[in-house]
Amino acid sequence: MTSVNICGVELKNPVIAASGTFGFGGEFSDYFDVSRLGGISSKGLTLAPKQGNDGVRMHEVRSGMMNSVGLQNPGVEAFIKDELPQMEKMNTAVIANLGGSTIEDYVRAAVMLDKSSIDILELNISCPNVKEGGMAFGIKSCVAYEIVGEVRKATSKPLMVKLSPNAEDICDMAINCCKAGADAISLVNTFKGIAIDIKSRKPVFENISAGVSGPAIKPMALRMVYEVCGCVDVPVVGMGGISTYEDAIEFIMAGSHAIQVGTANFIKPDICVDIIEGIEAFMAREGIKSLEEIRGIIK
Amino acid sequence: MKSKYVEAAVYKNEQISDCVFRLSVKGSFDVKPGQFFMLRAWGQEPLLSRPISVHDVDDEKITFLYHVVGRGTQIFSKLREGDDISLLGPLGNGFELDMLKGKVALVGGGIGVAPLNYLYKKLSMNEGVEVSFHAGYRSQPFGLECIQGSCSLLNIATEDACVGEKGYIIDYFEPKLYDIVVCCGPEIMMSKLIKKCEAAGVPILVSMEKKMACGIGACLVCTCKTKDGNKRSCADGPVFLGSELILND
Repeated sequence: MTSVNICGVELKNPVIAASGTFGFGGEFSDYFDVSRLGGISSKGLTLAPKQGNDGVRMHEVRSGMMNSVGLQNPGVEAFIKDELPQMEKMNTAVIANLGGSTIEDYVRAAVMLDKSSIDILELNISCPNVKEGGMAFGIKSCVAYEIVGEVRKATSKPLMVKLSPNAEDICDMAINCCKAGADAISLVNTFKGIAIDIKSRKPVFENISAGVSGPAIKPMALRMVYEVCGCVDVPVVGMGGISTYEDAIEFIMAGSHAIQVGTANFIKPDICVDIIEGIEAFMAREGIKSLEEIRGIIK
Repeated sequence: MKSKYVEAAVYKNEQISDCVFRLSVKGSFDVKPGQFFMLRAWGQEPLLSRPISVHDVDDEKITFLYHVVGRGTQIFSKLREGDDISLLGPLGNGFELDMLKGKVALVGGGIGVAPLNYLYKKLSMNEGVEVSFHAGYRSQPFGLECIQGSCSLLNIATEDACVGEKGYIIDYFEPKLYDIVVCCGPEIMMSKLIKKCEAAGVPILVSMEKKMACGIGACLVCTCKTKDGNKRSCADGPVFLGSELILND
């Protein structure tokens, strides 16, 4: 009833745990059966291991939070060796989220992941917390076109490109990524924001800006997902502040094939199950047989 | 001691000092000293749960000591008997009691005495362990329920000299007298005490306090620097060997 197909990969339901909020899945398996999920997007990976950013990494704001983790991760090689085997056993789609700071690094990492058992490669061209590359790739469509094209040549895996809400023109960005070979689009990553400690009269974060996530960003994320769904033909995976099944249904009605749940995983470890069950109950109540019936229903 | 997410009811919530409250929650919990829980007593706002260390456990309840500093702890301070509260835990590694043998000094600063109370209770049941307690406060002492009257040595220092010595407790503390030291308090205090213990050649364990989002090791926002790279305060800690940490002065 709730299964969806994302670039040739069958997900048992449309709920994916978002990158950076779910580790590699193991941390959550104490709290619920993670095989219930449609998929898991890994912690953002880079070619080489990365220690991430110094200083304060998290600041809570009204209805949201800001983070400046800076892609701390063990690197692609260690991911394939140490984390992927246990992710494979979780009986859910494995999505490898790949970040970086140079096109060469993205391509080399994509080649390594191409030989692995991952189901989908999610290209993160939108991390606001990486000084070099990262965000720059996610703002200018011409740069995004180039990097997606190079990665496309390096892998035959289904390629999903994760967009930044900070892109100059989100539709132009999505169209260019598809032209360069993206099989699916996911959006949005965190919004770039700043916070100031008024007592010390200094920015909270060492990088000054950080990524805003959580319920506070949902209306803007939903608008962007709606617009992108109207301008590309590939499946769109929507995210941004989803913390209830109602939020998820809104994204599907805006055109999303699937949705990702991020910050809400911190509120309640099994919140994805609540959302899955909420979607199923809503469909039963409303007599909806397939998500196709409501996908993109708002015009 | 598997961690769980449970809904429970408040047993008692009382103010015990300026901005410091003691909150007990009904239920049976298997907890190691030094572990913590992510607590929330609200819907979606504030967004995140609050990490609070375990102050005491008995057969019918678990007790937390918390300092009211922001929106979350303000909501906690208004809780009454029977109110709902969610607990995720126990989380973190906690103190390895096997490491704590011989003459053990527990050194707490302010709300940092909270986990040391439960540690003291457990240690005092072990033979071959001689525990002394050293606590520093800005003003009136609190959180010494298990310790007062039973500890062979209790030293207190207060910045306003209302009780005990005047000033900082670590200025009155001599590590050489002990086999091992345990500390929980402000980072600057722990950093200074680690140096003092290193100079004396005495091992020290510290419990780190960091802002957390998930509490279970997934989000990587509570990392602290160690000689072995970044480690997660929630899942790799909060208890670390002082010798492995790299702290700011």
